Amino acid sequence: MAGMSAAKTERLLNLVLALLSTRRWLSFAQIRSAIPGYDVAEEDTARRMFERDKADLRELGIPLETGSASVWDDEPGYRIARRDYELPEVDLEPDEAAAVGLAARLWAEAGLAADASRALLKLRAAGIDVDGPQLSGLEPKVDAVEPCFEPLVEAATRGRPVGFGYRAPGAPVARRRLEPWGVVSWHGAWYVVGHDLDRGERRIFRLSRIADEVRTLGPPGGVTVPAGVNLREVVRELVPDLPERPVRLRVRTGAGHELRRRAQEVLPAGAGWEEIVVPMRDVGTLADEVVGHGSAVVVLDPPDARAAVVERLRGLARTGT
Amino acid sequence: MSTSSSRLERLLALVPYLLAHPASTLPDLARTFGISISQLRQDLNLIFMCGLPGHTPGDLIEVWFGPDNTVSLSNADTIRRPLRLTTDEALALVVALRTLAEVPAAEGDDAVRRALIKIETAAGQAAEQAGRVAVAVEAEPGVVAAAAGALRRSRRVRLAYYVPGRDETTDRDVDPMRLLVTAGRTYLQGWCHRAGAIRTFRTDRIVRIVELTEPATPPPDVGPLPDALFTPSGADRLVTLLLEPRARWVADYYPCESRTESGGGRLTVTLRSRETGWLVRLAMRLGQQATVIGPVELAVAVREQARDALAAYSSTCSCG
Repeated sequence: MAGMSAAKTERLLNLVLALLSTRRWLSFAQIRSAIPGYDVAEEDTARRMFERDKADLRELGIPLETGSASVWDDEPGYRIARRDYELPEVDLEPDEAAAVGLAARLWAEAGLAADASRALLKLRAAGIDVDGPQLSGLEPKVDAVEPCFEPLVEAATRGRPVGFGYRAPGAPVARRRLEPWGVVSWHGAWYVVGHDLDRGERRIFRLSRIADEVRTLGPPGGVTVPAGVNLREVVRELVPDLPERPVRLRVRTGAGHELRRRAQEVLPAGAGWEEIVVPMRDVGTLADEVVGHGSAVVVLDPPDARAAVVERLRGLARTGT
Repeated sequence: MSTSSSRLERLLALVPYLLAHPASTLPDLARTFGISISQLRQDLNLIFMCGLPGHTPGDLIEVWFGPDNTVSLSNADTIRRPLRLTTDEALALVVALRTLAEVPAAEGDDAVRRALIKIETAAGQAAEQAGRVAVAVEAEPGVVAAAAGALRRSRRVRLAYYVPGRDETTDRDVDPMRLLVTAGRTYLQGWCHRAGAIRTFRTDRIVRIVELTEPATPPPDVGPLPDALFTPSGADRLVTLLLEPRARWVADYYPCESRTESGGGRLTVTLRSRETGWLVRLAMRLGQQATVIGPVELAVAVREQARDALAAYSSTCSCG
């Protein structure tokens, strides 16, 4: 098996060299006579080998062209244009090269790590020192990604609609169909953004809630991303965002720093206490945060926020008794 | 991808690499390409058999082994340049550079932006899909740029830092070591003179940062850092929570030592923390969406805090 594989690699490398070094189109017959490995007895066998080899080269991103020498020639010819094959000159200053090497570490072991290291290898092969010392002291890293990251990125970059099972908070798994526009990391979680085919509108889905395999539902090029879409902005916009209301809180002196940092007003409220006003979008989110502070933060109004906190505290006070 | 085509991909990088780095040593090459020395020898032997049509000795790529385990290569002008970046490779680099570019740099340091432009140009069409993936990073511009400047000049900083576990702000002198960008946030890591240890500070909790005139003198070797950030120590408390479906986000947000599906979309997780205060806060804000399985003291603390708070509600009124 190893021997077969070596023979095939050798044939593929010779094929690349032959197709890169020719300006004329090479027919299959010319290729067969010029490259060791295609000289097997049966022409059909050799043709099948050649078909598979072409697919392998294209999969690596090698721009294999098909054409013919003249209109009278119906036998197709093949070649690889050097300008399409070669990595163009990249003239990186040492600090720029180091920045590229550093940036690639973002992926660590997650997501696009394999692609990033293949890209770095190509730059090193072009004589660029991406491993040089970098001065910024930055260490970037994205979070581990869910198994559905890769198929979603592939679908988004190829423009293919997808379907998957999704577990929305507090709901059973439901089938969703989406034209994906892109995949975004936001506050440490990954989301896919796109046009929801069932609801007919823009939606985001959190990757960690995708419950099963992502399936493509159509051929590449079937998704049109609206012009000017900024994924980060879409996520900021679609992560639940309700109109703001002021909420008045009584906060023990020295407590509730995160709430105080958002405060629009801070007033003294007797020894050891202040009254602050913070903007609130979602009653539940605010109540969750306030409950965490126990008796050090008390909601004064509006009543619905107060009721939400009291309800949560009653539940907690009952547990285990 | 088949074994032969991924090997071909390696050979198409190995040839230009050797042309750009003549007389490379076998161990260095093996490390760069992530393969064993014996695999490298097999690769070189295979390259040696390949060349232009005709395949006479003059058409073949030449490989020769020199002294001190070195190897060189010639007569391979046809593939002297590496293959272009694929769409996925360009995506990986461009998205990574755009992410770094989101982090405010020290004044005058625009290497990331310059590199981004050049890589986008070199990738050409392949970079067009890079907009399909994005990483949003929260980095407080003033704080991060000030920390990056202090790092660059190797100067100590004085931080006013908010500690949520104790809900207080403390002042401390820190010798910056690096800026970590992870989980969508930016952290400053350095030697904390107050703690007498390496500490990691969330930049969004740095209330104030002032660069001092003293030089920073952090310990020389800090090891592989990004993982150390969340490495819990044995001294931390181990807590087990049963999460209802709506609280499953906890497992996404905090590093869990274990996670077990517990039926009906529920999840049992264990996590460690040094700060009991933080754990009580987490358990309280989860409310009915989580049950503290253990330790029992945590469950008791949550219940008592809830009763205290309820008392505060009966003694205040909403008529204000």
